[in-house]
Amino acid sequence: MSKAVIATTSMAGCFGCHMSFLDIDERILDLIELVEFNKSPIDDIKHFTKQCDIGLLEGGCSNSENVEVLKEFRKHCKILVSVGECAIMGGLPAMRNGIPIKECIDEAYLNGPTTKNCNPQRILPNDDELPMLLDRVYPCHEIVKIDYFLPGCAPRADLIWNALYALVTGDELKLPYEVFKYD
Amino acid sequence: MSEFVSFKIDGKQCMGRAGEFIAEAAERNNIYIPTLCNYKGTAPKAACRVCTVKVNGRMMTSCSTPLQEGMEIENETAEIQDIRSGIIELLFAEGNHLCPSCEKGGSCELQALGYRFRMMVPRFPYLFPVREIDASHPKLIKDHNRCILCKRCVRVMKDENGHSLFAFYKRGTKLEIAIAPELADKITDEVAQQAMDVCPTGALLKKRKGWDVPVGKRMYDMKPIGSEFEQVK
Repeated sequence: MSKAVIATTSMAGCFGCHMSFLDIDERILDLIELVEFNKSPIDDIKHFTKQCDIGLLEGGCSNSENVEVLKEFRKHCKILVSVGECAIMGGLPAMRNGIPIKECIDEAYLNGPTTKNCNPQRILPNDDELPMLLDRVYPCHEIVKIDYFLPGCAPRADLIWNALYALVTGDELKLPYEVFKYD
Repeated sequence: MSEFVSFKIDGKQCMGRAGEFIAEAAERNNIYIPTLCNYKGTAPKAACRVCTVKVNGRMMTSCSTPLQEGMEIENETAEIQDIRSGIIELLFAEGNHLCPSCEKGGSCELQALGYRFRMMVPRFPYLFPVREIDASHPKLIKDHNRCILCKRCVRVMKDENGHSLFAFYKRGTKLEIAIAPELADKITDEVAQQAMDVCPTGALLKKRKGWDVPVGKRMYDMKPIGSEFEQVK
């Protein structure tokens, strides 16, 4: 049987979910027997080279690039999984949701304690190459259809492993109480 | 001495006292009915509706419905569980419940119910309301993002004259809990701690407490809420 192909990405996230994913200890040896990675920071493949079975998404959508990546994932993956609070509800980046975008940018580049006197020309990043910030942070499932959700900040390694194992092998998902957390 | 009555929960024969509330009677019969706005020792409010059960075919809140002889109560049916789960999801979607950044995490009753019902994601779109955090009081932080308006603090926290420390303020979608600044200035550390414990979420926090209990040792880290009442099967 050919291995399941998985892709992973971190959008508006902190890479904590990827760290947690790698926290599966010796099962990482089972993992490479079980799956093959395509586009992912784990093997540093930048673009999809084929259709994938499972896409693991970390982080919500904060800018136009995140939306583009997310739509690419939907196109190339049969199953998409929102991994972690940021992908599920926007997480900490979503704390900006009640604040007007101009205030956020001014705080970051003009008025914040680390930038206050360092930007005398009051330059705001506006290069065409830079992705535009969205009006607010969107959970992944508000942009594309998401098939499964794994909560946690970060989701416990056991939860990610159990879910991936269940998805690949078709077994029932083991969901013990201790691994199911929102923080 | 009140009269004993017999009733059934999901077909199990139970005993209770006539007139006591269904949720209390269920607990003594080792059956857990999830509650959220209810607080032991205080008159029920039936605000959150999480404790909904079906009594003789009709939806009732078990925290406020007095027990009667021969009641047939449905508790853990798929229909009831879906209603409860929907209410919890609605509460998560309605406020800004950022569990990773909340000091109440692990000891929060709303979160614990989310765990119990294995809520992966709310079925409703997140509202992301704009709400204030009030840290102006010396001992207390009020975070309206997390307030579910259960009125527990208003009902439970009283001064020596029996007056509520907290009150509801404004109307409709702007409704929030308030405390008079002069009162808030006077409260002790113990009262602040009590307010934090009474709040089922992290809307009332005692200042300078932080994350003082390690992950794994918090109230609902290892055992689901309500498991203390449930029968050993």
